[in-house]
Amino acid sequence: MQILSGNEAFARGAYEAGVTVACGYPGTPSTEILENAVKFKPAIYCEWSPNEKVAFEVAAAAACAGARAIVTMKHVGLNVAADPLMTLSYLGVEGGFVAIVADDPGMHSSQNEQDTRNYARFAKIPLLEPSDSQEAKDFLKLGIEISEKYKTPVIVRTTTRVSHSRSIVELADRVENTRQIALEKNPPRWVPVPQWARVMRRNVEDRLGKLRADACSSSANRIEWRDKTLGIVTASIAYQYVREVWPEASVLKLGFSYPYPDDLIRQFVAGVKKVLVVEELDDFLEEHIKALGIACVGKQFVPNIGELSVTTLEASRARMEGREIPAEKPAPFVDELPGRPPVLCPGCPHRGVFAALGKHEVIVTGDIGCYSLGAFKPLNRLDIILCMGGGISMAHGLDKAGDHRTVVGIVGDSTFFHSGVTGLMDIAYNRGCSKIIVVDNRTTAMTGHQDHPGTGQTLMGEPTVALSIEDFGRACGFKRVRTINPYKVKETLDILNEELSVREPSLIVSRGPCPLHEKKKVGPIRRIDQELCKACRACVRIGCPAIDGAQKKPFINAFLCNGCSLCQQMCAFGAISAVEEKP
Amino acid sequence: MNENGMIESVVLAGVGGQGILLASEILAKAAMIAGNDVKTNEVHGMAQRGGSVLAQIRYGKKVYSPLVARGTARVLCALEQIEALRYSDYLAPGGLVVVNSQTITPVTVSMGAAKYPQDVETKLRSVFPRLIYFDASQKAVEVGDLRAANVILLGALSTGLDLPPEVWKKAIEESVKPKFREMNLKAFDIGRSCA
Repeated sequence: MQILSGNEAFARGAYEAGVTVACGYPGTPSTEILENAVKFKPAIYCEWSPNEKVAFEVAAAAACAGARAIVTMKHVGLNVAADPLMTLSYLGVEGGFVAIVADDPGMHSSQNEQDTRNYARFAKIPLLEPSDSQEAKDFLKLGIEISEKYKTPVIVRTTTRVSHSRSIVELADRVENTRQIALEKNPPRWVPVPQWARVMRRNVEDRLGKLRADACSSSANRIEWRDKTLGIVTASIAYQYVREVWPEASVLKLGFSYPYPDDLIRQFVAGVKKVLVVEELDDFLEEHIKALGIACVGKQFVPNIGELSVTTLEASRARMEGREIPAEKPAPFVDELPGRPPVLCPGCPHRGVFAALGKHEVIVTGDIGCYSLGAFKPLNRLDIILCMGGGISMAHGLDKAGDHRTVVGIVGDSTFFHSGVTGLMDIAYNRGCSKIIVVDNRTTAMTGHQDHPGTGQTLMGEPTVALSIEDFGRACGFKRVRTINPYKVKETLDILNEELSVREPSLIVSRGPCPLHEKKKVGPIRRIDQELCKACRACVRIGCPAIDGAQKKPFINAFLCNGCSLCQQMCAFGAISAVEEKP
Repeated sequence: MNENGMIESVVLAGVGGQGILLASEILAKAAMIAGNDVKTNEVHGMAQRGGSVLAQIRYGKKVYSPLVARGTARVLCALEQIEALRYSDYLAPGGLVVVNSQTITPVTVSMGAAKYPQDVETKLRSVFPRLIYFDASQKAVEVGDLRAANVILLGALSTGLDLPPEVWKKAIEESVKPKFREMNLKAFDIGRSCA
């Protein structure tokens, strides 16, 4: 027995299920699945692919050839991988294929809270929803089993609270896949040109019918009979909250929730007086149960925005029973407490770029990564964010729409390889003149430092080619390609001035490794001479957490300072200097 | 609360980088070694970058929710003093509160956009009748490593839970690298004596 997070349990499940190929792109809350799967190398080949679509295709091909494969991503990643998903449903697989997709209800670290369960229905493939770490492991294995039995891809949908909660898990041994790995030469099976795709289309419907019957008898779905006044249909983490808020109620606990197990649902509702559906985000179950002609309540009492909890469901129960919901008393003194918003770390190389951009009247399109934090005070240098890679294409869109200001697009290195490079082609090809800055900190930092095609290392720990962002720029048709050191303010400003003044596209690569990833300081730590300091607060305005500006004259917290010297370069009075290292 | 008997809930609050995850892991292991079902939850992602961090641990005969509901925590422990006030509504009536008297200035205060509250100790004493308030970071430096403050605080909060000291020590031994074992065991004892 071990205490595992849901993500650790998924990795363990992949190992036990005989998975040999695991791909993904980092994204909270899914990232730790592959980080733990790679601990089982060489039994499992693991890779960070450049994006979710590529990861999905790599794993899909492995499964078509008979290997057992998983692909991992966060919910928005499945939008990127939706194209291969929809047609893999037609092709089907030979070896087990599971896509583990992590939703983020409440948007702890996401830009939206879409409900991945809709994709299972959309793609007409089975959906499994674990509610704790034991089920995370068990359902991954069940997913591989279902996938092989019906030759279908399977989605295992997790959420932040399933992936990042820890609970006790019983381990088992690995069962190897005995198939010979070879793609069968059989074009009608694998080539979805219209005449063959039409056959596949019918097979998908037949498969759904068989899966529906299987879902009704699956061990992942169970009825817990208790008091029959109220019967609750629930799934995923919501089950755990339901058991605490309605301990007396009968429960239909769905783990294999699509195709909907209609007969099991009918059997359950026949045994109870009133039916309540409790699910996080969309009314995915409730809408269908109503379509079966069954009277039930759900979203009229249970919120469809944000994540559920025992507290929110206690309020739902009170509303349902017509009781007053006790007014929430704010915690004493809580209004007086200063917030702790996430900020760029001390020594972050992105800070120099935002500080330099602050000297210009530009409009900035941003992207997904640590540098999204540039939108906040005191940097305030980021005006719009849409999605991964969007920072580049949206710059071009503003430019073509005729925004009179100079447009600057900012993306990170990992994001650039993910989906930024296609936008770069667009700018050069369609005669745009956006300025694109790639803030290259040599890692996928936001999700906890994963490698990518530019880092020179694979997830398996092998050295490999490090792709050059500058070369990509030139290959995409950019004639102006510059590289800057963001820790040198004057140089950064000069190059920015030059590039912003020309009417042609320009790619600027701001290269400075993430000090958190490097685990070393950028330079010697700095101190502020309180005699020389004129309290102008120029250093405070760069928003460094190591600079404590609570008093009139700021000081530098030596524990936090990473020695980037940016504050020193901001100081017009020579009050900031390097602290000499002890020999 | 239900047919599964008493569930103990603990909330650990602090700032990214203070060692909350290790403290949570040790507590969960101790609960498991003592024969309990246990669930924990921690905030990941953006919270790592200077934000306030919350870890929740629940144990008992059978635990469903990994999250602590408001007003149900037997123990609230804050690794930075004002974080205890931020999460005070998690505490059950009569619960124990353990607070490190450390101040970590939030960036909002540095920017001049907010003020760090005055007389934090007075405020804490007015809100929490059962309060253990001491400088765990200073004690940690005395033990030999500032990072041991989390284990010192575990020692103090262990007095508010029903898990025996030997179970805690076994959990510490299993959770930290061999070369840090002795120091952390000492840190735990010091914390216990501060309670």
